[in-house]
Amino acid sequence: MNQQPAIAPSTARAAAQSHFRTLRPGTPFQPRIDALARTNDWYNWAGYRAPHSLWDEELEYFAIRSQAALFDISPMTKYRVEGPDAEAFLNRITLRDVAKLKPGRVHYTAWCDDEGFVLDDGTLFRLSPTRFRLCSQERHLPWLLDSAIGFEVIVEEETEAVAGLALQGPTSFAVLRDAGFADVERLKIFDIAEFPHDGSSQGTSRVTISRTGFTGDLGYELFVPAEHALSLWDRLMLAGELRGIRAIGYAALNRARLEAGLIVANADFVTAVHAVRPNRLRMPDEIGLGFMIDFDKGHFNGRRAIVSARAKKRLRHVLVGLEIEGNIPAEHAMVYYRKSQEVGLVSAAMWSPMAKRNIAIASLARPFGDTIVDDLWVEIYAMRELQYQKLMKRAKVVPRPFIKLDRRTANPPADF
Amino acid sequence: MKSWDAIVIGGGHNGLVNACYLQRAGLDVLVVEKNGWVGGAATSRELTPGFLYSNCSYVCSLFRPEIMRDLELPRFGLQVIAYEGGAVFTRDGDYLANYRDHDAHRREFARFSRRDAEAYDRYARDVTRQCRFIQPLLMRTAPDPTSFRPRDLGELLYLGKKFAGLSAEEMALTLRFWTMSISDFLDEYFETDVVKANFALSGIIGTALGPMSPGTAYVLLHHYMGEVDGSVGAWGYARGGMGAVTQALAASFEASGGTIRTGAEVDHVTIRRGKARGVVLASGEEIHGKLVVSNADVKRTFLKLVEERELPDIFLRRVRNFRIRGSSGKVNIALDSLPEFPALPKDSPVYRGDMHFTDSMERMERAYDDWKAGRWSADPFLDMVIPTTLDPTMAPSGKHFMSCFVQYAPPKVNGGDWTDADRDGFAESVIAQISDYSPGFRNRIVHMEVRTPREIEAEVGLTEGNIFQGELTFDQLLFNRPVPGYAQYRSPVAGLYMCGSSTHPGGGVMGAPGRNAAAEILSDLAKPTKHMSPAHDVI
Repeated sequence: MNQQPAIAPSTARAAAQSHFRTLRPGTPFQPRIDALARTNDWYNWAGYRAPHSLWDEELEYFAIRSQAALFDISPMTKYRVEGPDAEAFLNRITLRDVAKLKPGRVHYTAWCDDEGFVLDDGTLFRLSPTRFRLCSQERHLPWLLDSAIGFEVIVEEETEAVAGLALQGPTSFAVLRDAGFADVERLKIFDIAEFPHDGSSQGTSRVTISRTGFTGDLGYELFVPAEHALSLWDRLMLAGELRGIRAIGYAALNRARLEAGLIVANADFVTAVHAVRPNRLRMPDEIGLGFMIDFDKGHFNGRRAIVSARAKKRLRHVLVGLEIEGNIPAEHAMVYYRKSQEVGLVSAAMWSPMAKRNIAIASLARPFGDTIVDDLWVEIYAMRELQYQKLMKRAKVVPRPFIKLDRRTANPPADF
Repeated sequence: MKSWDAIVIGGGHNGLVNACYLQRAGLDVLVVEKNGWVGGAATSRELTPGFLYSNCSYVCSLFRPEIMRDLELPRFGLQVIAYEGGAVFTRDGDYLANYRDHDAHRREFARFSRRDAEAYDRYARDVTRQCRFIQPLLMRTAPDPTSFRPRDLGELLYLGKKFAGLSAEEMALTLRFWTMSISDFLDEYFETDVVKANFALSGIIGTALGPMSPGTAYVLLHHYMGEVDGSVGAWGYARGGMGAVTQALAASFEASGGTIRTGAEVDHVTIRRGKARGVVLASGEEIHGKLVVSNADVKRTFLKLVEERELPDIFLRRVRNFRIRGSSGKVNIALDSLPEFPALPKDSPVYRGDMHFTDSMERMERAYDDWKAGRWSADPFLDMVIPTTLDPTMAPSGKHFMSCFVQYAPPKVNGGDWTDADRDGFAESVIAQISDYSPGFRNRIVHMEVRTPREIEAEVGLTEGNIFQGELTFDQLLFNRPVPGYAQYRSPVAGLYMCGSSTHPGGGVMGAPGRNAAAEILSDLAKPTKHMSPAHDVI
């Protein structure tokens, strides 16, 4: 009696209903990862079941530094940005000058809302003059689409369609070469090239390899259409057998990235779309990304706000690297000035096996960490057998990265 | 003759909350209730053998945990079972579900729009920011901006400081939120009609406004401020029906020494020399009390229970103009088996949550058009739940109780009173709609209770059957609820207080009006309030 006429059902939409049965689906590599997951130690990465560790958190870390480590980066959000205005569009929304990014190159960048607060950081791959891939931690489709109005450009989310692997560590180049990726030694840091895979030198099964990574080590990232993911995994594992290749989980990677001084969105800063408390919003200058800002390239999102904040000295925070005396990690410790005035918080910390130092990333309230860098302390609450051992340790502001490995940028890459 | 320290008119949840707090402060309190049972709009009634009906309110989330704790409601039997989500059925044989898991929620929305799926985070952030601003106000008496008492100034300052703590952008959003329509608000985030319809329903529930009427955005916010045992934003079923809330309150009240008289309808409040002295029951019996607290809505209290000559004319005019319009009804159904919805997979958690059939903003607004024309909606908006999917105590094994909240239902049909034929036509609009999505639904019906505004007003006592005891639009909130100058639970009559949902912060089985009123009364009596927990922190 009261119904409006029925609309033809969408079969594709109906077919997707069943997702509610699997709240943490796997990635295209899941069969291989499951087979190696001896710790069954999972975490939720952007809605996927991702390994926190696979067999031994510490040894997985050493695989990055001494061998070759394979890490599934498929859950990373990926957007295809393509069209005649793709460069102009990306220049309009990101901080760096995209005109300086040549086809076949990658750069690390960030983007802000209109108030100049950081929405996310990520990597921008220029796959051709008119085709880009934007990779990030968070999701931004409404913002990208709304920003694209007036530009001749297509923005499409391709997170599920494209599988990704990070192959990191001193033997990573040798693994790729032995796996038959011809001329891969020509890739310099931040270069991208396409390689044949699964018997096809063209079309959909090609692998895109970039000399990039999140470890500060020699390393590569490989992207492949999801249906060719398993064969790529097998190809690498087979070739890497004698080079010590190991699959790893996030805990190991997180150590490596900290030594490399790299920040993680929503761990070291809160992204603007997720900041419920307005005082958690951060401008690029407040999280160590000021270097990206290119005022010569014309208008970009947040520009006016950033210019004004710099002019009026309204940048309230600063993100710094700290070297802390002793060897007890200062994770989430408070930072004090003269042991009494609270001036900030440590967001990531570890004792670094590579630097042989106790390192940390911290956010401080300016002028501390900016013009006042002496007499800084961290108060470490180390829980030991149900008691806090409270330690007040001296902290020194040091430049990031905490380690610098020549092999990361060496050309040609070394054959370990 | 005995004189009670306080007489509470009406054994609804707010009346009982109020009575509990007063009794625990050492007062000798009597609750008088016109029905043969307590509960008001939070009841479980066995209307057909073996089936308990949550025949008025039907889900629980907003009830303040501070009150549950103070009044030891878990000890007196209150248990709320959270459910996992719900869905809007679409006319193409599909549905859009709401899942509690963040990523399941995104994947579900992405079936309809990838863009809108990713827009949810910004929407959630903005709604959360607004909730964080308002939530601390729920358990505080609203300041009187015309008063210069230190406490009012302090409270105004608190409000002002909280507002000043917002960024310029947020202040703008707050003002917009409190005044704009839910449709316009959702347009700022979403593009897909069914996605908007899914969120909009919280903006129109219990309100005689359509999704395109200004002021409905706040109503949505009101429904986001709840929790189930600390799970923020969750909704659940009270085990044993919504009567479990008031049964626990009544048990708590009696355990602390309070007295309840059911079947005791109040005819009027006795007022001598401008002060309330007690009540006279419909039977003619007079009961003396040092003060009187009314759980009835502001219109019923001051237009029916108090003589007009005792009230200032401007107050009376404002009470008459208070918007408490009838906009909804209930159809409560006993089923001999669980209805099937071919659109839903058989193992879908949606069966255990809230289900709706209005999949477009236009259908929602058209449903409101019927209300404006003085008719019930031909294509109504339903909020339908089957609590027996999670609570086996409400029906015999294998059988189910279904609650359908139905909107819109006008207070009068084409200008005349509701007739039994109208009521049957109203019920048929509901059964027809469900049957469109659930073949064979009619054959499962064992018993049905249909409540139009006529029945809700007559049986529960809510004027026009308005579930909130007055609409939750900004002109009727905070220090304007129910009327300016009387937002602090007091009335023009000394010793006569209000504690129902007509007062700040409004309806939704929250308990906060009853508790806040008790705090004011105890303050007037210079009694301690140590037994009242402060509002939970919002940090």
